[in-house]
Amino acid sequence: MYNIDLKKAKAMTGAEAVANAMRQIEPHVVAAYPITPQTPIVEYFAKFVADGVVRTEMIPVESEHSAMSAVVGAAAAGARAMTATSANGLALMHEVVYIAASSRLPIVMPVVNRALSGPINIHCDHSDAMAERDSGWVQFFAESNQEAYDLTILALKLAENENVRLPVMVNLDGFILSHGVEPVELLPDEVVKEFVGEPNVMYPLLDTEKPVTYGPLDLYDYYFEHKRQQVEAMENVKKVFPKVAEEFQKISGRKYDFVEPYKLEDAEYVMVALGSTNSTIKYVVDWMREEGFKVGALKIWMFRPFPKFQVQQYLNGRKGVIVLDRSASFGAEAPLYEAVKSALYNVTIRPQMGSYVYGLGGRDILPEHIRSAFEDAISGNLIVDEQRYLGLRE
Amino acid sequence: MPVNLFDLAKTFETRAEDVGLVQGHRLCPGCAAPIVVKFSLMVARKLGYEPVVALATGCLEVSTTIYPYTAWTVPYIHNAFENSAATMSGVETAAKALKKFGKIPQDKKYAFFVFAGDGGTYDIGLQSLSGMIERGHKVIYVLYDNEGYMNTGNQRSGSTPTGSNTTTAPVGKVIPGKVQLKKNIVEIVAGHEYVYAATASISDPNDFFAKIEKALNFDGPSFIAAFSPCVRFWRVPDSAANSISKLAVETKYWPLYEVDRGVYKVTRKPRQFKPLIEFLKPQGRFKPLLSRPDAEEIINELQEYVDRRWERLLILEEATKGKYIR
Ligand SMILES: Cc1ncc(C[n+]2csc(CCOP(=O)(O)OP(=O)(O)O)c2C)c(N)n1
Ligand code: SF4
Ligand SMILES: [Mg+2]
Repeated sequence: MYNIDLKKAKAMTGAEAVANAMRQIEPHVVAAYPITPQTPIVEYFAKFVADGVVRTEMIPVESEHSAMSAVVGAAAAGARAMTATSANGLALMHEVVYIAASSRLPIVMPVVNRALSGPINIHCDHSDAMAERDSGWVQFFAESNQEAYDLTILALKLAENENVRLPVMVNLDGFILSHGVEPVELLPDEVVKEFVGEPNVMYPLLDTEKPVTYGPLDLYDYYFEHKRQQVEAMENVKKVFPKVAEEFQKISGRKYDFVEPYKLEDAEYVMVALGSTNSTIKYVVDWMREEGFKVGALKIWMFRPFPKFQVQQYLNGRKGVIVLDRSASFGAEAPLYEAVKSALYNVTIRPQMGSYVYGLGGRDILPEHIRSAFEDAISGNLIVDEQRYLGLRE
Repeated sequence: MPVNLFDLAKTFETRAEDVGLVQGHRLCPGCAAPIVVKFSLMVARKLGYEPVVALATGCLEVSTTIYPYTAWTVPYIHNAFENSAATMSGVETAAKALKKFGKIPQDKKYAFFVFAGDGGTYDIGLQSLSGMIERGHKVIYVLYDNEGYMNTGNQRSGSTPTGSNTTTAPVGKVIPGKVQLKKNIVEIVAGHEYVYAATASISDPNDFFAKIEKALNFDGPSFIAAFSPCVRFWRVPDSAANSISKLAVETKYWPLYEVDRGVYKVTRKPRQFKPLIEFLKPQGRFKPLLSRPDAEEIINELQEYVDRRWERLLILEEATKGKYIR
């Protein structure tokens, strides 16, 4: 938790906050294609380019597939390269999202979460990000506009670390954050510039003195070892991230971690969720605590790599754990629930667990919904293998 | 003086590795694709450019970069099948940006080449190519046109000629192979207006080199459609890539011309043309067609088709003389 100094903060949307993070990073290349609700990020940034506020070369590509392809080309070339997208745009990129990770290119991409088609819908859920959870990208989820801004800056430093060299997705909830106005404290430009520093370029394609071959045909004799290296790089994220977060705390006073506990010291019932819903959960925790219920929350900041150890640490021994998912996995457990449940297999005192899917296609989640899920837990009515829904008409 | 075959042969005869693509790759013996690459890169090298290469998935790509080996001595990137033009857009833009940020010397002379097959160009990669040209990236996109998806075993593409036998449009008892026309990719590209587009053939090296040189000197995107016989699936001898290419030009099947910002120019006008059948006959891929009872009818139709296209080219050449779009 952190406090925003309202005297220093400015009211802005999440899109504007992220675009400002990009302005301060000043990547060499940005390639992007508009899609609601990501569009304002691209628009703000295009204006920065048009006004000469940044020297970035912008590629107004003809599709998201080409956006990710161009960013891969630019990053391989030795440039700092960024893009941003949502939903169908991310799905169109899918093939190249994997290639970016396996090429070990430190690309940072804000993803403004929106429900995947079909049917077509423009509002928030996490189905777009979840479809990429095994792509080899680091995935952050922001609760607020401030976090979306901070995590975008922090992500770059993490991505470029030589023991990581992985692309990073910074997820922010469509409309709720991207178009919602909140106070955001921007760091001074020079401070961000110094924090991100000069890019750590490895094997640039444009170095004609040392020609390299990117993207070879990699068959059964080496592919497997290369995949193992990706697994290791993800493990390294767990070692490197705390250091980067500490450095970021020095410049901002804001502390980031894999997860964020909220009123967990004596909590018996804990709700786990991603993204902006955490603010509503915190509100309900406060409300119920006033009535004497021992409830708390665990926000997952980093979904990939999944912070299994921290989840175990915080949830071992609780009476009940409620996991909220803003996406479904048809024919299997919802993604966050599955991850949390699997992490708790090995703890000494396994809590009761319940899975709640909510908010698909932008359906509102209300404090009453959250409270009812807590009440299920408190009354001993959580069933580990049952998926329930919040705010759904039966 | 423009670069010529003699010059290039002398320059590179003892420095094969300087061309950019070296021996040891696993393309079929006699495949035209590596010749297309070498013809292109040699000119760039000779003129003092540093080539940077992107490939689309396909025969050339899979055969030249089997990990842990690579046949490329110039910077090389392969991303996927349909996105080589977008990938190179990113590389070219990165170079521009890094020069602006002072990370690369201003006078560094890169030549950005894409090499892609017909599948990666006419079909799945068409959008990416169109975007690259429309945005004006200074990239030379070289299509090596072997008229089918060869890497995956000879399937039909938008470039496969009418009547050719492929595994997905086989000549059958009812259907005579591919019944549709081959797309006119040069016209599609030329339709982007601010672009230099040309056809080329390995059987006419000097014409090929001149077009690459023109592309290098052009301040916008260029596109070279290089005829690229696939000895394996066209079912011709290993030694036939050159002679088949020559026949393609001499029968009007593959006219050598260019469209420079809207201005058409036929760069080679054979004094005498050969009948199309001389191009079709030596190739096994047309054999099933030629053994059909209605073969003659189909051949006549195809002959008329190439004749009309040739006439059309001459008319366009006349009509567009000096009329650069921009
Ligand atoms: C998205 C996608 N679809 C299909 C393929 C399978 N594939 C690989 S190469 C190829 C055909 C390549 O044809 P072309 O571009 O003409 O090159 P050639 O092999 O003939 O030189 C196909 C269909 C693929 N790699 N990616
Ligand atoms: S199959 Fe055809 S195109 Fe592919 S390497 Fe062999 S000859 Fe060349
Ligand atoms: Mg082909």
